[in-house]
Amino acid sequence: MKIAVIRFPGSNADWDALHATRDVLGAEARYVFHKEPELGDVDAVVVPGGFSYGDYLRPGAIACFSPIVPALRRFAERGGPVLGICNGFQILTELGLLPGALTRNRQLRFECGDRWVRVEGRGPFTHAIPEGTVLRLPIAHADGRYQCDAETLRRLEGEGLVAFRYCAADGRIDDDVNPNGSVANIAGIYSEGRNVLGLMPHPERASEAILGNEDGFRIFEALRTHLEAA
Amino acid sequence: MSAPRSLPGEPEPTLAIARTMGLSEAEWQAVLDALGRAPTYAELGVFSVMWSEHCSYKSSRVHLGRLPTEGPKVVQGPGENAGAVDIGDGFCAVFKMESHNHPSFIEPYQGAATGVGGILRDVFTMGARPVASLNSLRFGRPDHPRTPELLRGVVAGIGGYGNCIGVPTVGGEVQFDPSYDGNILVNAFTVGVAKSADLFYGVARGVGNPVMYVGARTGRDGIHGATMASAEFDDESEKKLPTVQVGDPFMEKLLLEACLEIFAADVLEGVQDMGAAGLTSSSVEMAARAGTGLELDLDLVPRRTRALSPYEMLLSESQERMLMVAKAGREQEVVDLCKKWDLEVAVVGRVTDTGRFVCKATPGYDPLDDQPIARAPEVVVDIPIPSLTDAAPKYDRPQAEPTPRNKATAEMTAVGGPASSAVADVAAELLSLIGSPNLGSRAWIWRQYDHIVQDGTVVRPGQGDAAVVRVFCEDTSGTKEKLLAIAVDCNGRQVELDPWHGAAMAVAECARNVVCAGAEPLGLTDCLNFGSPEKPETMWRFARAVDGIRDACLKLDVPVVSGNVSFYNETDGRPILPTPTVAIVGLVREAADRLTMGFAAGGDVIAHLGVRSRGALGGSEWLVQRTGRVTGVTPGIDLDRELALQKAILALARAHVLSSAHDVSDGGIAVCLAECCIAGGRGARVKVPGADELTAEGALFAEEPSRVVVSFAPRHAETVQRICEEHGVPLASIGVVDGETLVLEGLAEVPVRDLEHAWSRALDPIVGPA
Repeated sequence: MKIAVIRFPGSNADWDALHATRDVLGAEARYVFHKEPELGDVDAVVVPGGFSYGDYLRPGAIACFSPIVPALRRFAERGGPVLGICNGFQILTELGLLPGALTRNRQLRFECGDRWVRVEGRGPFTHAIPEGTVLRLPIAHADGRYQCDAETLRRLEGEGLVAFRYCAADGRIDDDVNPNGSVANIAGIYSEGRNVLGLMPHPERASEAILGNEDGFRIFEALRTHLEAA
Repeated sequence: MSAPRSLPGEPEPTLAIARTMGLSEAEWQAVLDALGRAPTYAELGVFSVMWSEHCSYKSSRVHLGRLPTEGPKVVQGPGENAGAVDIGDGFCAVFKMESHNHPSFIEPYQGAATGVGGILRDVFTMGARPVASLNSLRFGRPDHPRTPELLRGVVAGIGGYGNCIGVPTVGGEVQFDPSYDGNILVNAFTVGVAKSADLFYGVARGVGNPVMYVGARTGRDGIHGATMASAEFDDESEKKLPTVQVGDPFMEKLLLEACLEIFAADVLEGVQDMGAAGLTSSSVEMAARAGTGLELDLDLVPRRTRALSPYEMLLSESQERMLMVAKAGREQEVVDLCKKWDLEVAVVGRVTDTGRFVCKATPGYDPLDDQPIARAPEVVVDIPIPSLTDAAPKYDRPQAEPTPRNKATAEMTAVGGPASSAVADVAAELLSLIGSPNLGSRAWIWRQYDHIVQDGTVVRPGQGDAAVVRVFCEDTSGTKEKLLAIAVDCNGRQVELDPWHGAAMAVAECARNVVCAGAEPLGLTDCLNFGSPEKPETMWRFARAVDGIRDACLKLDVPVVSGNVSFYNETDGRPILPTPTVAIVGLVREAADRLTMGFAAGGDVIAHLGVRSRGALGGSEWLVQRTGRVTGVTPGIDLDRELALQKAILALARAHVLSSAHDVSDGGIAVCLAECCIAGGRGARVKVPGADELTAEGALFAEEPSRVVVSFAPRHAETVQRICEEHGVPLASIGVVDGETLVLEGLAEVPVRDLEHAWSRALDPIVGPA
């Protein structure tokens, strides 16, 4: 299992993603610098968190013009699994590989801490986690408010493309447990082809016992079983 | 070489101009003596910043020499960009703390942000990847009109910089006191990890080697920032806005990654960041350390502003810039790695053997002009380097003991039993205290910091007495994981009452916090924030605080490896509480040694370790809230008892017999117990030590040091008892973890839910509901 972790200038959770996939999951994971024209021989791609290009203009906006992007787009369009975490999610929406946009948190402040999320939509990163499972995952973002137009929301809901929703510990979903004002408490979504997943929480920072939380590892484990079955 | 000249349009330096740059008449004369002629305008600027209190430590140097800086674990002591201690297997922790008080008061967001940026550069300049940041903040009284804006701005600035560059902000401390109304404190700490054999130093070695400028272009921001930090504030301080720098954490992230790659390529002789006094101090200090000279061609300095004069280029404190001395012939490799990270780079000078700092510039030349005039550089600066460093002014300023003004008052009489208590409703008093800004939850602050990036935060903010981060130490034999515990502490109120005791208590508390996380303290960095050194009372306090730090560090065996002094923290003649902040880095031997503060299991025994309270309330939060003043006699500290206690706690941690540990500090044992309950989400039934003999406030809210509350499973009782006896530490079982209420027998019963409710809203009066 070969995994590429793309490093944009300003990526800062690149190590987190490499460590989780290489050292914890046991994949052959490596960095791919954004100035490379090709991803090389890989089975999955992680677009990690951080502040690519300093979040200038809009989070993720400038990364779209990096040399690696055409290769990333080809990989995604061929159905390759792509995981965008936090700034990675923002980049994937800016690229149009995922619908909607991530805007400034409702409270206008950076928000860091553990949140509960309910696993819903089925796809390569969630198929092995029973629907309705509640995971504890950390968030760390200032621009995580998922927004989309009504038609897109209907489609996401109708086709089961909402992968994760912020919830209470018991799975209840209401606005009190929405950490950033995201529409319909959306924390993560699949692309129409279900091979691209973007989420604001950081599963790679919740994948080891020493961190006091291994819930995030279930997402990486799901990817492994998906790739092994393929 | 002809004598340097001021450029056309620059004022001819005089004593009056020197004074506006912060130099005294005697110092102006010393400039004339050092040069044997009148300085150029640019030279006068160089002298003024290098001789500023901020850069020269001219009032503190005679005292700082008393601090213990050596020990078997010390890899690098004071004098470099940061200190370093051995963490085993050939790796070291590189750390330092610095103040950014004055800029943060003028412009809180950028002041705090660039404070973080500066300390990060100090650490990665040494070749270490930063792994964690902490901060120590002081604001004025909670209801001061500027406090909300300053708190919001500082926290947003720290987060804005740290979150973007991707170094977790894992801990810190905050205190509100009226003495900081006109002069807040922002002390920023960063620790990084490096291979000890691969540390980089700020040395300009090798005559003829190229001097390279890397990073952001130079602008007019921050000119005379170091001088501004060396003066008091007054009504005019708002006008000092142009002396505040503006930070760009994205640029710094690129600089960090590029620097680490450049260091690994082994193409450098030395490197230093351009911090306070920018290009000047980095050049001068690197040449001074190497005993060489340095020549700069200012025409070649990358710039973003038109018509920059030599004076402005030399004094600009534009952020995110590095000065590197490359090995001869390796410039291109530096250039290539800078280009990879899209960074500006230029060769701007060379190392010489003259022992002089020489700068050349072409009058009227500006590379930003459409058609720049032909270059014909003239010497504008030519100064013997020792006159800027070792031979800079050094003062043993007069000291005078302040007149005692803190007489004991009736409220402080803590003996006489509960019947003599000033507090009638203990439960209400506890809820009020724990819901007050100095004792309540700091979650509003640390939720705005990414405290988990880098996948290493294993004890998060609010979980324990110190933050614990896992660091990855990679060499040819593979990657080893190590655990660092870090805390930062100071209680300026105790320092005000007695500088020796107060400073020793700060060191002791900081080390105790690290030990209460299960770690052995390795080294200390300090940030000594005081008022004007020209006031004998302030100097007296400073000297005694240095002695207190020295004695506590010697007793607890924690060497001082780096530090910073910030004087002139006063406004309109009113000084801050003397605030010698200290931070300590410790090593947790294995993950199972880790300790946190929350009560972890019902039925666990709660025990008090250390000598029990005698009800000494001097300087306590309770007394300050009662009287509105910092008053009383300090409880003081017995360092032998402190050492024994810390050794016992570390032994208990390593024996894996404790469920929790939390030191008794601000708010006394009542607040300590409440915090253990809140963090663990469990109640407790406790017989408070001394409750029968002392007043309620004395037993509950006294802040005497050298006490720790632990909990453990009943089956470990014998081991805990034995370890405490071996270390000569008094142990008293005081209760049991139980239910959902904190029961202080005979005094109060408060549901943990109510405690948590009050505690979590402590900052609401300042920043509004979350």
